Amino acid sequence: MTVKVYVPCDAAALSMGADAVAKAIAVKGGDDVKVIRNGSRGMLWLEPMVEVETKRGRVAYGPVFVSDIDGLIDAGMLSGADHELGHGLTEDMPYLANQERLTFARVGIIDPLSLSDYEANGGLEGLKRSLKMTASEIVDEVFESGLRGRGGAGFPAGIKWRTALAQPEGQKYLCANADEGDSGTFADRMLMEGDPFCLIEGMIIGSLGIGADTGYIYIRSEYPHAIKTMRKAIEIWEGAGLSGHNEDGSPRFKLHVRIGAGAYICGEESSMLESLEGKRGEVKVKPPIPAISGLFGKPTIVNNVLTLGTVPIIMAKGPRAYADYGQGRSKGTQPYQLAGDIARGGLVEKAFGVTLGQLVNDFGGGTRSGRPIKAIQTGGPLGGYVTPDAFDVAMSYEGMAEAGSMIGHGGLVVYNDTTKMMDMARYAMEFCEIESCGKCTPCRIGAVRGKETLDKIAAGEEVEKNLEVLEDLCDLMESASLCAMGGLTPLPVKTAIQHFPEEFMGRKEAAE
Amino acid sequence: MATLLNTIEDRTARDICTQHSDAPAELLEILHEVQEVKGFLSDGALRTIADALNISRAEIHGVVTFYHDFKKKKGAKQTLKICRAEACQAVGANELIEKAESHFKTTLGGESITTALEATYCLGNCALGPAVMVNNELYGRVDLDRLVEISNAHKGDS
Ligand SMILES: Cc1cc2nc3c(=O)[nH]c(=O)nc-3n(C[C@H](O)[C@H](O)[C@H](O)COP(=O)(O)O)c2cc1C
Ligand code: SF4
Ligand code: FES
Repeated sequence: MTVKVYVPCDAAALSMGADAVAKAIAVKGGDDVKVIRNGSRGMLWLEPMVEVETKRGRVAYGPVFVSDIDGLIDAGMLSGADHELGHGLTEDMPYLANQERLTFARVGIIDPLSLSDYEANGGLEGLKRSLKMTASEIVDEVFESGLRGRGGAGFPAGIKWRTALAQPEGQKYLCANADEGDSGTFADRMLMEGDPFCLIEGMIIGSLGIGADTGYIYIRSEYPHAIKTMRKAIEIWEGAGLSGHNEDGSPRFKLHVRIGAGAYICGEESSMLESLEGKRGEVKVKPPIPAISGLFGKPTIVNNVLTLGTVPIIMAKGPRAYADYGQGRSKGTQPYQLAGDIARGGLVEKAFGVTLGQLVNDFGGGTRSGRPIKAIQTGGPLGGYVTPDAFDVAMSYEGMAEAGSMIGHGGLVVYNDTTKMMDMARYAMEFCEIESCGKCTPCRIGAVRGKETLDKIAAGEEVEKNLEVLEDLCDLMESASLCAMGGLTPLPVKTAIQHFPEEFMGRKEAAE
Repeated sequence: MATLLNTIEDRTARDICTQHSDAPAELLEILHEVQEVKGFLSDGALRTIADALNISRAEIHGVVTFYHDFKKKKGAKQTLKICRAEACQAVGANELIEKAESHFKTTLGGESITTALEATYCLGNCALGPAVMVNNELYGRVDLDRLVEISNAHKGDS
């Protein structure tokens, strides 16, 4: 009997040599094994993580490198034997067992490009239910689920969809934002590589809800693997006739993949739409909002990959079931991404309400370096720094705002005690300088001035005066920038100063 | 002066535009594809694209300069993209960059005859940093030794 062995094709696993491992297992195992390429389970510190199917369930080994294969197979890996690289049944591993996986329910379990795997694991249920509903019933259910935008701003998805639905019938667009530019985030990538049909299903349901016939997935060029998987998945999906057909046999909902070109600002929705039109990705003044006048002047919905990828399960299980997770106005689950100096980095999907400390310590296991944690940046490059004092904060849109930062796209970057916060503050300004679209002065010029001012402070030049200059500059950027690039760059700068004033003022003044 | 040189068409660019129905909205795709084939975007290619899509040279120039991916000059044989975003900084990206600069005898953003070092801002491998990408292949937990190995392994790439 052939044994099924799973070796992820997720880019993170590939980055540690998963392709060579898959090949070595196929060669050594011969006819006894069938190697299946799955997505990643999200326990990234164990990648390449190999799973062997046994009667008891799948047994995990990791990290497995090519040099381990002979030993592992000789020790009985193919029958799930114990080994120092073994972790027992995958499902029982605490990191996974303690999660609440809804959006990521299938990721790592299925072959990402197998429609039969997809359907056997709950795929298409949401679409089938939606096809029996009217557009406004679909939009109402998304609204009732409490689903909020996972791209950063947390705007209720149902309200946005309602606006687009209310526009007169005619050309409308639905766009998936897969620009995922925030450092410390990789959930969009993992979903696209591990369960691409889920995003497609979510977009088709969305198209039924708002009345769109064309969709775009805007993927950043830094994600070649996701681009390849998404393109292939669309081909398979359309080949199976799952997009519905027009009378001439063309797909009812036509989906295109478009590729970014290395501009962080193109994750901002109006910039992304400009880019989709083949233009410079300059941010546009709102109103009009895209739901009324977006791509080519037509009503357009832009949603993050995770927002759209959560729609199928909401439609499959019903909005109440989803809203039962979470707390307050933060309903459902959030895929968190543990990154930076962390022992067990990876993807953790939990209902809102899990504490920061649970994520960083219980799941993450503290730092990988073994050094004490100094700070955690949440919400990407435009998010604030918090310290271990905030470990009790429950993760929710409101809770994180109170703690002086934000959830953003769910990334958590952990820094150890060797980190120089002055350097991080300077980097925030530098990043803004590099990535500013240039449309408004407070951001374009402010970032440069901010960087220079921090250089002066670092050199000990009129520190007090320059800190005041910096503060004024931050205030100006916050109040007068057109978008959150300039508007939120001050957040990491200000929170770095707030938590570690001595590093900016010199030890003596801070102690006074 | 309209010399022969700057009126001559770039065949590759023209063909790629045709494949995209000369649609201005597909400019980024077209630029990506031309750069993929040619390694960079020559003046001739840009002129041909502007002509095919019926947009001004100024407009196309504006687009090319806006996006970090597009290159107007032929680059080094090999480009090592090193992530210098926050999560990779937290695990020593800056140290890796310094060592790479001295090993490959160039600076980040610069190039030697053989190797260019390019800064990139997150490759989606933030739990396994420092991350590096070469010819669209991703690497995690990269230190200098591994970077040199990776560079060597890609020497044969076309
Ligand atoms: C500078 C900047 C960068 C952004 N980058 C992204 C991104 O990479 N991905 C994303 O989904 N949203 C990003 N956003 C948020 C989008 O503008 C928009 O709110 C989001 O795509 C809407 O989808 P959602 O409601 O599903 O979150 C960014 C916003 C700003 C200001
Ligand atoms: S804040 Fe910065 S990125 Fe945003 S519109 Fe202004 S210049 Fe562009
Ligand atoms: S920060 Fe380097 S890969 Fe994300």
